[in-house]
Amino acid sequence: MRTTRRKFIGTVGAGAAAMLVGCKNARRFPGAIIGASVSAGHRLRTGNFPAPSETIEKKVVIVGGGIAGLAAARRLDQRDQRDFLLIELERQPGGNAASGRNAVSAYPWGAHYVPLPNDESAEVLALFEELGIIRGHDANGAPLYDEESLCADPMERLFDAGRWQEGLLPQIGITENDRQQYENFFAHMDSFRSLRGSDDRPAFAIPLDLSSRDAPLLALDRKTMAEWMTDNGWDSVPLRWHVDYSCRDDYGAGIEQVSAWAGVHYFASRRGRAANADRDAVVTWPEGNGWIAKKLAAPCATRTRSGAVVYNVEQSDGAVIVDYLEVERERSVRVKAHGVVCAAPRFVAHRMIHDLPGGNDAVYSPWMVANITLDQLPAGFGTPLAWDNVARSSDSLGYVVATHQNVHPVPHETVITHYWPLDAAAPADERQRALARTHADWCERIVADLDRVHPGIHSHVRNIDVWVWGHGMVRPVPGFIWGDARQEMQPAQGRIVFAHSDMSGISIFEEAFTRGTQAVDDLLQLIA
Amino acid sequence: MNDRGIRVLLLASVFTIATCGLIYELIASTIASYLLGDSVTQFSTIIGVYLFAMGIGSWLSRYVEKDLLRVFIQVEFLIALFGGSASATLFVLFAHVSSFRVLLYAIVLVIGTLVGLEIPLLLRILEGRLQFKDLISKVFTFDYIGALLASLLFPLVLVPYCGLARSGFLFGILNGAVGLVALWALRGQVRGARALRFQGVAVLVLLGAGFAYSERIITWSESYAYGEDVIFAKSTPYQRITITRGADDLRLYLNGNLQFSSRDEYRYHEALVHPGLARLPNARRVLVLGGGDGLAVREILRYPQIESITLVDLDPSMTRLFSTQEVLTRLNGNSLTASRVHVLNSDAFTWLRENRDVFDFIVADFPDPSNFSIGKLYTTAFYQRARHALAADGAMVIQCTSPFVARKSFWCIDETLRACGFLTEPYHALVPSFGEWGFILASPRPMADEWKFPSGLRFIDAKSIPALSEFPPDMSRLSVQVNRLNNQALVRYFDAEWARYSQQ
Repeated sequence: MRTTRRKFIGTVGAGAAAMLVGCKNARRFPGAIIGASVSAGHRLRTGNFPAPSETIEKKVVIVGGGIAGLAAARRLDQRDQRDFLLIELERQPGGNAASGRNAVSAYPWGAHYVPLPNDESAEVLALFEELGIIRGHDANGAPLYDEESLCADPMERLFDAGRWQEGLLPQIGITENDRQQYENFFAHMDSFRSLRGSDDRPAFAIPLDLSSRDAPLLALDRKTMAEWMTDNGWDSVPLRWHVDYSCRDDYGAGIEQVSAWAGVHYFASRRGRAANADRDAVVTWPEGNGWIAKKLAAPCATRTRSGAVVYNVEQSDGAVIVDYLEVERERSVRVKAHGVVCAAPRFVAHRMIHDLPGGNDAVYSPWMVANITLDQLPAGFGTPLAWDNVARSSDSLGYVVATHQNVHPVPHETVITHYWPLDAAAPADERQRALARTHADWCERIVADLDRVHPGIHSHVRNIDVWVWGHGMVRPVPGFIWGDARQEMQPAQGRIVFAHSDMSGISIFEEAFTRGTQAVDDLLQLIA
Repeated sequence: MNDRGIRVLLLASVFTIATCGLIYELIASTIASYLLGDSVTQFSTIIGVYLFAMGIGSWLSRYVEKDLLRVFIQVEFLIALFGGSASATLFVLFAHVSSFRVLLYAIVLVIGTLVGLEIPLLLRILEGRLQFKDLISKVFTFDYIGALLASLLFPLVLVPYCGLARSGFLFGILNGAVGLVALWALRGQVRGARALRFQGVAVLVLLGAGFAYSERIITWSESYAYGEDVIFAKSTPYQRITITRGADDLRLYLNGNLQFSSRDEYRYHEALVHPGLARLPNARRVLVLGGGDGLAVREILRYPQIESITLVDLDPSMTRLFSTQEVLTRLNGNSLTASRVHVLNSDAFTWLRENRDVFDFIVADFPDPSNFSIGKLYTTAFYQRARHALAADGAMVIQCTSPFVARKSFWCIDETLRACGFLTEPYHALVPSFGEWGFILASPRPMADEWKFPSGLRFIDAKSIPALSEFPPDMSRLSVQVNRLNNQALVRYFDAEWARYSQQ
C-alpha cells in the first residue's frame, strides 16, 4: 500500500508539475550571443600580433569608439582638426551605448537613457541643442525638450506582491515606519541636492569632478552605502531594496559594494531643468543611447576603423606610434600621430601602453544584456506596461520596452531589453562563469526570470540575442572616487591624453562625453 | 480488480473530485466578479454559499440507505453535468434572466449540495475496507491536496490558457470520468450498471460538445450582453468591432464601448463638423483622422466647395465594412466610396510625421483617451504635428469626451491645444445615447463669426450656435495640466473621472 500510494502521489504530482511548467522546458530559442568581441579583445593578453605591413600618418588617433571617443571626434571636428583616425574594437562604434536593430525595432545593448543634464553639464547641453533634443528655452531659461525624445509616460512599474504598481519605490504592504523612512531619506537627498560646499561647488555635481571637496562630504566615499544607511537608521527593507536596486542599475553593484558617496550621488546629483517635463524625466530612444552614438559616429564614419585591435601605443621622437590589427584581414597597420586620445577602458589601456600608472585596482562590474523579440506585448495585473519594468523578487533589473517611444497605438510585437548585473559573487568569478555559459544557458535563465512575472511569456518569444559585458562598467567601491587611484589615471602621458568614464569612477553618459571633449582640448594645447 | 486496487482507485477519486469541486467554486466566483463586479463580495458570498450547500449535502447523505455505490456514481454524473456546464450556462443566461443572482446562487447551491454528498458517501463506501483512523486520514489528505492543486491550476493554467467556459467543461469531463471508472472497476457490485453507463456516456458527450463549441457559445452570448441582436462581430488586430440592431436603431461598439447609435448619431456628427467647417468658405481640402465609420465624412460632403477629403483610419476592417455593407453605407450615404474621398489605413500619428500636405480643416475623431496608446493622440506632440498639416487660416476640431462626466479631461484637452499655440473654442451638444458631449475647435488665427450651413441639417443651425459654447457651472473651465507624451495627464484624469461615474 505504501509504495502504491507513494507512486500514486508521485504520478499525480509529476503530472501536475508537468502541466504547470508544461511547454517551458526543452524549448530552444533562436538567437545568439552577439557580443562583446571577447576573443579579439583577449588577443591583447596573448599578444602574438603580425608586424605592421603599412605605416600611415595622422594628426590624431582616437583609440576607442565609445561615447568618450566619439565626443573626442566631435570636438576635433569642431576645432577644425579633421585629420584623425578613430579605432574601435567592435564592428560598430558606441561602446556601452551600442545598439542593434531587427524587423520589429531598434534596441539598446547597454546605456539606454540620459537624465535631464544639469546646468554644469555644459558640453552635454550643447550637444543636445545641436541634435535637436533641446528645441529652445522658456522665459526662465529652462530648456524645452523635444517631446518625442522625453521618455513617454508611464515610465516605471514594479512587480511586487503579485501585481504591478507604478514607480519603483515599493508601495504595497509597507508599514508606517517604512513610509517615514522613505520621507526622511528622500528629504535628506533633497537637502544634498541643493547643498553647496564651502568652496561654493555643488555637493554632488555632474561631471563629478565639479563636486565640492568639503571633507565631510568626501568622507562618504570611505564607507559603503549600506554602512552609511545603517549609521543613519535607514533599516527599512523596502527602502534598502530601492536604493540597492538604484545602485545596481547605475553601477552594476549594490549598496554593500558601492561607496556612500556614489550612492548619494545617484539620488542627489540630478538638478536638470525642463520647460516641459519634471526634474526626474529622462530622454530616451528605441535604441537607447545608441541613437546619440549613431549621430556622433556619422560625421566620422570614413575616418573610423572598426573591428580593429590597438595593441601598442608608444611615444617616439615627438610622435606617437599606434599599432593596430585589422582582425578580419589578420593584418597590422602602424599609425604615426602627433597625439593620441586614449578613450579605451583603463584595463585595456594597460595592455597597449607600457608602464601606464593608475587604475590597476579598478573593479569592473560584469553584465548580461539580452534583447528579446516578442510577438505580444507583456501585460500583467495592475499598472499597464511601462518603459522600465522591474520585479522586486528578481536578481535581474527587469526589462525596458524598446517600442515604448513608438507612437503607433497598437503595436503587436516588441523587443524588450533585459538587464542583469552579475554581482552575486566576485567580479572575476562572475565574469568567468558568464563567459562559460552557452546561448541556451542564458535563454533558460532569462526566460525563467521573465516567466515569473509573465507566466507563459516563453511561448511568445521569437528570438533572444545576448551580450555579455565582461567589464561592463567601473565600480565605485569605497575609496575609488576620492582616493589616489583615480587621480593617477588623469594626467597625460607625453602626447597621450586619456578619456573614459572609468576615470570618473561612475559610468554615465555625461562623464564619458565631457571627458572626451576635455581630452581633445588638453591634447590640442599639448601638440600646438 | 482486487480490493487494494479498489481502495487506490477510490482514493484517486477523492483527489479528483476535490480538485473539481474547488474549481467549480472558483469558476462561479470569478464569473460573478466578471459579470456583477465587486470581486470581494462575489468571492466571499459564493464561497460561503458553496460551503453551506456542501453542509446540506453532507447532512442529506444520511438518507442514502442502500446502493451507496450506485448513488455515488450518479452523484458524480450530476456534478459533472451541473459543474461542468455552469460557466457556459451563466454566461449565456446572464442577459436573459431578470435576476441573475437568483440563478447564480441556485446553481451554486445545487453544485455545492452534490459535492457535499461525495465525501460522506465515499467514506461509507470505504468503511470496512480500511481502519477508521487510516480512512479518515487518507481521505482528507487527498481531499486537501486536490484543493491545493485546484487553487494553483486555476489562476496559473486554466484562466490564462483555457478560459472559464472551457475549464468548466474540462473538469466536468474529469468528474464524469471518475464516475465511469468507478463503475467499470466495481461493475460486479453495482446494480443497473448498464443504465448507469449510458447516463455517464451521455453526460460526457454533452460536456465534450460544450468543450468543443465553448468559443461559439461565448460569442453567441455576446449578443445578449449587448441587449440587442449582434449583426456583425469581428476581432481585428486593433479592436473588436460589434454592430448591433435594436428595435429601431443600429449601434457600433468598439471594444464594447458605444461609438454611435443610428438614432442620434446625426447630432454628434453635425456638432462635430458644422460649427467649424461652416465658417471656412474657402476650405477645399479636409483631413479626417479616425472616423472610419464615414459619418463625419458624410457631413463634410454636404459642402460642394470641398474638393478632397482624406480619411486616415488605423483599421482597414472598419473602413472596408463601412464602404461595403449595405446597412452601413445607407447610414453614411456611401461617403467612403465618394470620388472626393481618399481612404488611407494608417496610424494617424505616424502618418502625420510623413505627411507634407496642408489641409484647411482637420477633424480628429478618435476614441476616448481611455488608455496610454490612445492618449498619445491627444498630446502636445500630436497637436504640434497636426498644426504643421493645417493651413494658417484653417481650423481643427477634436471630439473631447463628455465635459459633464469628465470635466477635467475636457479642459485638459483645451489646455493642451492652447499650449501648442492654438486659439480654442470649446463647445458641447446633447447626444442622448452618449449624454452631454464636448468638442473643441482649434485654430492658429481667430475665426470669422459667420456661418454658412449647408441644407439638410437636423440639429445644428444659426440659432443653436451661441448656446453650444455656453458652459454652465457644472461643466465650466477648471485649472488642469497640459497633456504631454511624458506625463499622459489626460489618461489619468479620464480614468479617474469615468471610474467614478461608472461606479454610481
